[in-house]
Amino acid sequence: MEKTVNHKAWFLVLPVLILVAFSAVIPLMTVVNYSVQDTFGNNVFFWAGLDWFEQLLASDRMWNALQRQLVFSGIILAIEVPLGIFVALNMPKKGFWASVCLVLMSLPLLIPWNVVGTIWQIFARVDIGLLGYTLRSLGINYNYTQDFFAAWTTVIVMDVWHWTSLVALLAYAGLQSIPDAYYQAAKIDQASRWAVFRYIELPKMSGVLMIAILLRFMDSFMIYTEPFVVTGGGPGNATTFLSIDLVKMALGQFDLGPAAAFSIMYFLVILTISYVFYIVMTNLDKRDGTQ
Amino acid sequence: MSDAATSTTGAAHRASANQTGARTKSRARPSVLQRLTPSGSGVVMTIYLLFLLLPIYWLLNMSFQTNSEILSSFSLVPQYPTLRNFEKILTDPSWYMGYVNSIAYVVMNTVISVTVALPAAYAFSRYQFMGDKHLFFWLLTNRMAPPAVFALPFFQLYSSVELFDTHIAVALAHCLFNVPLAVWILEGFMRGVPREIDETAYIDGYSFPRFFVKIFMPLIASGIGVAAFFCFMFSWVELLLSRTLTSVDAKPIAATMTRTMGAAGVDWGVLAAAGILTIIPGALVIYFVRNYIASGFALGRV
Amino acid sequence: MAQITLKNLAHSYLPNPSQEDDWALKEIDHVWRDGEAYALLGPSGCGKSTLLNIISGLLIPSQGSILFNGNDVTEAPTAQRNIAQVFQFPVVYDTMTVRENLAFPLKNRGLDAGIIKERVERIGDMIGMTDQLDRKARGLAADAKQKISLGRGMVREDVNALLFDEPLTVIDPHMKWQLRTQLKELHRQFGHTMIYVTHDQTEALTFADRVVVMHDGRVVQIGTPDELFERPEHTFVGYFIGSPGMNFLECSVEGETATVDGNRIALGSDYGRPSGRIQLGVRPEHVKLSKGEGLPATIDRVEDVGRHRIVRARVLGAPLNIIAGEGEAIATDGQTVVFEPGRVNIYSDDWRVEPHGSSVGRRAA
Repeated sequence: MEKTVNHKAWFLVLPVLILVAFSAVIPLMTVVNYSVQDTFGNNVFFWAGLDWFEQLLASDRMWNALQRQLVFSGIILAIEVPLGIFVALNMPKKGFWASVCLVLMSLPLLIPWNVVGTIWQIFARVDIGLLGYTLRSLGINYNYTQDFFAAWTTVIVMDVWHWTSLVALLAYAGLQSIPDAYYQAAKIDQASRWAVFRYIELPKMSGVLMIAILLRFMDSFMIYTEPFVVTGGGPGNATTFLSIDLVKMALGQFDLGPAAAFSIMYFLVILTISYVFYIVMTNLDKRDGTQ
Repeated sequence: MSDAATSTTGAAHRASANQTGARTKSRARPSVLQRLTPSGSGVVMTIYLLFLLLPIYWLLNMSFQTNSEILSSFSLVPQYPTLRNFEKILTDPSWYMGYVNSIAYVVMNTVISVTVALPAAYAFSRYQFMGDKHLFFWLLTNRMAPPAVFALPFFQLYSSVELFDTHIAVALAHCLFNVPLAVWILEGFMRGVPREIDETAYIDGYSFPRFFVKIFMPLIASGIGVAAFFCFMFSWVELLLSRTLTSVDAKPIAATMTRTMGAAGVDWGVLAAAGILTIIPGALVIYFVRNYIASGFALGRV
Repeated sequence: MAQITLKNLAHSYLPNPSQEDDWALKEIDHVWRDGEAYALLGPSGCGKSTLLNIISGLLIPSQGSILFNGNDVTEAPTAQRNIAQVFQFPVVYDTMTVRENLAFPLKNRGLDAGIIKERVERIGDMIGMTDQLDRKARGLAADAKQKISLGRGMVREDVNALLFDEPLTVIDPHMKWQLRTQLKELHRQFGHTMIYVTHDQTEALTFADRVVVMHDGRVVQIGTPDELFERPEHTFVGYFIGSPGMNFLECSVEGETATVDGNRIALGSDYGRPSGRIQLGVRPEHVKLSKGEGLPATIDRVEDVGRHRIVRARVLGAPLNIIAGEGEAIATDGQTVVFEPGRVNIYSDDWRVEPHGSSVGRRAA
């Protein structure tokens, strides 16, 4: 659809612009400001140039957090996207049970993130939690507060529990938009179940799946509250992801300079990856538009 | 093949038509037993829903137990069910005000986000203007901004304008990620409305504001609902910013919960009850929108 | 290729149909003869798609059975029936090329690559897409996509039947004619049993050897286009087929004479004394303008449609359409009309009454 050129449309965007400028641009400027200054307290700042950035790039701290973050985001995407699609394919198409599934699946999405953490903290404890207690009774040496592997597994399972439904609901919405005639034609063509998925369902879901992947990637890359409540970033630094590390630095140790430099680089990483997603998505839109 | 086989006469039709309703040889519908036989999909969904509900059930289970029962015995159902934990939360203002505060800033944020997003989404869906694409991407980048990056600057900003520890501060802070999201969702829905409708309305002599409120908004009502739902959701579940920006007066329930670490250790029963109570508003919202969930998650983009 | 038999077949979408209106498809007994081209004609909602879906196996009928060459396939899944179906709206696999789309049903049946290639190319030629075979189906226009769907239906040679569910709805008019001709050509070549669902009488009459007319969930007549035109078995067929449709006048009948409002009309055959609500039906083509003899008519309007003119008139208070030649004189005053004897049909409660002692057009039951 061709849009008309109208520069007055800026007035319609103005409220958003002012609001977002207030809540994003001003704070961001503060961050940039801190990132190039140093202080000995008493609100006395002096110019530090790019020192913080150099220091940060030279130290292992950020690289390690980034590495953990990438591994975490990779793992949860690799689990949640296929699992979400699989669940969506198995959901009832309509009727009472479809509503039941939709409601129950949406439930984890509307639980405050720290409560998600609390739920899993309790659920996984070996003394009072169903999961931890059961694993312990089965003779598995499970303790998420001390064991590296157990901590990671718990955090990942928690994220899968929390967010797979989002992917599933988006995929389900995509599936619902496929007219019956496609399935009928596939039956007549004697297409296998796999072919139906590969050539009918997957192409129709691709748009919403891109949205799902983008949302999951961004949100997992910023994850803070849930692992913080469950593991506090530990044992050691095992589950100290980027946001946890940043908050530790900024609000815990009040290392404003390094924290600000950290923030900016963190933001840039997300921006770069998201920009790639955005380009891919607008190209998808364009391709569909020519139909 | 003779003609006889294909013959149908009017008289025969009349006769057969009258019989049709009274036919007894109807094909049997699947019996109750057949319907209860588990299908593959049924098994998959049962397992998945069980996986989703088990941790929540465990929280519910604990919320009905006293702390000493939780710590002393392990059981799948409360042995001595008690409402003491809920009673404590609902009678102590420092607890229940947390809910009031949370709901206050969530509602404020939802109203603000959707209100400012509506005209902007309209502009993006209908017009080309200088820098529109860059602006749109820049808006989206704010959805991508990690709250952790903004926690400290927000604290300083809102302190300096003396909004620290107010509902509006949290509501505005949450606009950071909710406004871009609302613009994006609404833009998707608005694109689905044919432009002829706008043009017809202008020809009929509607002014822009009147057209927008009277004609356009009802058309994208479902989109507004979806945007509001997502704003509610992301504002309700967020903790980092809301905790950073409040101390006493506007403290959200989520932050209050971190307080249960007393000298005598954690009161798990009260913590579980508080958790259960935070799930309820979300569950209510879901219940009200249950018939729109499937189409809502398509975000107007399928 | 197969002969398809429907035995006491009926379908209702309701779990416990109690009254006649609950049945989307009322009881039907019919044999679709091997190698014939049928059209299933009727307005929307008359049950023709339900019937088609039962034949293709997408729907299991509430009662009765369906046989392919004498084998009961009532509950056999679609894949086992070896049929091809083309839907109203194009169904193409977007991510495949046109060639892959056409080859898909053959590949799924494990045919030899050489045979697939040859067939796909022939069908590609037939639907006029040879030069587009290697482009992706996504982004093609609706009519091109529908041509692919048609092609996918025709690509298999061994099908029991080819079913078309209003396949030309989205196609441009000139392309419609071309594709219909190609379908007929294909039918001549391979002799498939074809069932073509449509609500367009021109499509039905030009495509089919035999037309099945449905109305309100019931088959009202099965016949050649000529039979449908000359001897509609039901007033609905008379009204639905022809442009404009048949004229009906309330009358009473005794022997070889019908009486309309005191005016006697010779019928040419003996009808005895039919009971019920009696109507006389005559095609606009079989009404002649006259002066003096016949029934008095008032002319309301004359529409010139090119080859002939349609005269909208009133006879004894009832509307009546007449088709008049280009040169014929039409009087504004004192005009009368005459019905061609032997071209007049008599209906009792909407169903055609067979004259005594005549077997013209009447097949023994």
